[in-house]
Amino acid sequence: MNLHEYQARQLLGQAGVAQPAWELCVTADSARDIAAQFLADGARLIAVKAQIHAGGRGRGAFKNGFQGGVKLCKTAQDVYDNARAMLGNVLVTRQTGPEGRLVSKLMITVAPDIRKELYLAVLLDRSASRPVVMASTEGGVDIEEVAARTPDKIIRESVDPAIGLMPFQARKIAVALGLRGDLVAQALRLLLGVYSTWWECDATLVEINPLCVVGAPGGKEVLMALDAKLSLDDNALYRHPELQAMRDLAQEAPLEIEASKFNLSYIKLDGNIACLVNGAGLAMATMDVISHYGGRPANFLDIGGGASREQVAAAFKIVLRDPSVKGILVNIFGGIMDCDVIATGIVAAAKETPRKLPIVVRLEGNNIEAARKTLDESGLTFIRSDSMDDAAQKMVRAVVN
Amino acid sequence: MSVLVKPDTKIVVQGITGRFGRRHTQFSLAYGTQVVAGVTPGRGGQRFEDKVPIFNAVAEAVKQTGATASAIFVPPAFAADAILEGVDAGLELVVCITEGIPVKDMVKVKREMEGKPTRLIGPNCPGIVAPGAGKGSHGGCRIGIAPSHIHKQGHIGVVSRSGTLGYEAVWQLTCRGIGQSTFVGIGGDPVHGVSHLDVIKLFNADPETHGIILIGEIGGSAEEEAVAWIRDNCRKPVAGFVAGVTAPPGRRMGHAGAIVNGGQGTAAAKIAAFRDAGIGVAATPSEIADTLLRMM
Repeated sequence: MNLHEYQARQLLGQAGVAQPAWELCVTADSARDIAAQFLADGARLIAVKAQIHAGGRGRGAFKNGFQGGVKLCKTAQDVYDNARAMLGNVLVTRQTGPEGRLVSKLMITVAPDIRKELYLAVLLDRSASRPVVMASTEGGVDIEEVAARTPDKIIRESVDPAIGLMPFQARKIAVALGLRGDLVAQALRLLLGVYSTWWECDATLVEINPLCVVGAPGGKEVLMALDAKLSLDDNALYRHPELQAMRDLAQEAPLEIEASKFNLSYIKLDGNIACLVNGAGLAMATMDVISHYGGRPANFLDIGGGASREQVAAAFKIVLRDPSVKGILVNIFGGIMDCDVIATGIVAAAKETPRKLPIVVRLEGNNIEAARKTLDESGLTFIRSDSMDDAAQKMVRAVVN
Repeated sequence: MSVLVKPDTKIVVQGITGRFGRRHTQFSLAYGTQVVAGVTPGRGGQRFEDKVPIFNAVAEAVKQTGATASAIFVPPAFAADAILEGVDAGLELVVCITEGIPVKDMVKVKREMEGKPTRLIGPNCPGIVAPGAGKGSHGGCRIGIAPSHIHKQGHIGVVSRSGTLGYEAVWQLTCRGIGQSTFVGIGGDPVHGVSHLDVIKLFNADPETHGIILIGEIGGSAEEEAVAWIRDNCRKPVAGFVAGVTAPPGRRMGHAGAIVNGGQGTAAAKIAAFRDAGIGVAATPSEIADTLLRMM
């Protein structure tokens, strides 16, 4: 589960992570009022930031033609105008896909005088099975590009989960980031706060990009988080009701929400051959084999290991709600799962739908004879197959014709 | 003959009285697997199906029955504790089937297991099958949820992150009259026990394993680590398949660990590594078995 920037900054703020003053708003009027207050308090520049679950907001474009989901403003009126242009409109960025995301909340925040942009993240190091802190002097840009082009500019500090991030490790990172003087102590506090947020929230990723050295009154410099991304481990949500309450369903694809209600794992893709498969690896491989034979998969769908008739029927309905679907490929390696349960579910769902599409069925495993009988005696037409290669080829041919 | 387990390995089932654990214990018993004990706290002293004694704790079950391996079928919130209970009881092998364990729990488990002799398979995995010599490979050791009847005793080692894709490969072999020494499903979570590499090393050292099938998928770099070792050390033919060529980046494809992040863990990179190491790459999943057999 992903959080909005404002939710991430709320959680990080509670852990003592320094950041510029901000407030959330849902109307242009309140955006103006918040900005006026920040300006009265001495801010010179205000940022208006669209709150959506995707990166690349600054360079994104709204469907109404307005450019940019992050804007810097000098006056409260300017903030008002930008807020009006963003609120209620759909923002498309390189991460949202062409459908974009509706902007219904804005963060109004003080935009400080940035002296240096850094990068900081805590994530899981899979090969070590441990948390790792990643930092870089190259902040404010795409860190993946930095890692690919100049891997020596990425600082990595592995954390022993039994003791957590130690202060000496945080200081080591601060020094490697080129921080000096009082900024080292500030980095220590900030790093420990970011790590504890990762650990306490069961996060999979906490990312601060950019982490900035900013100018402060009296010629001082201060370290602050100017943006934040937080992704949570879905498997751990059960023990965090307060984080579960932060879920924003409006940011998720409706069909994926529907599928999750039936414990189905569904991801929409842009092809026209729907897939219905048991097991995540087999589901991916089914997409791959369709593509190998020149077709385009419309979705990833794993119905799980012990699917019921109801789940199969629900899965059918979900893939059929995608209007671009021109055919359905069912690939089940039943193993100990009863194939007849699957067949009965397919028949029930196929009878109910008004959309008559070619359906290729490849079933393997337990009670296969009964399953074949169920399909044959249903009065419906199914294209039967007994291997993945054959099924994919038949499906691609059926969709082309 | 087989790796990690033998047909006569004695098994204790943690969570034997739950719906899932009960069903699969019945399958394993019917297969001829030596399930000698079950554990359900509070149900100690009872018997499973009038046969298998149930204990309150794993240590007690081990002491009374001599079990050396366990199968875990407990809900995700209790699974980390169950794994460590198996480790504490000195089991040689713990196989955790449970799907949905929080990553942090597994990070703690792995930290605690450092330096301990117990091996862990899983979690979120189908488990392990060492096929027996009987009809439908009866008499083998089956820990977990894999279908036993698709197996046949023989000389190919199969290791896979995915369950059903592993079954696909096993079934292709069996349909061609070729048996397996062991099938190991290592699971789809980002933090897990034995890796592809661990299992490949065991297959390489096992005189009864003559060829190896390696099935991977997007996410992480475990396949790359395994093939780097294979290139320099493995004496046996290896063929494989990597699922997820068409998976969109940044999306979790069912398995918690199946995700391409920041250009890392792509199928293309893994396939290139396979080729570089001389591993036969099946163009489609239907060709996994034939790809290996052509190399042997």
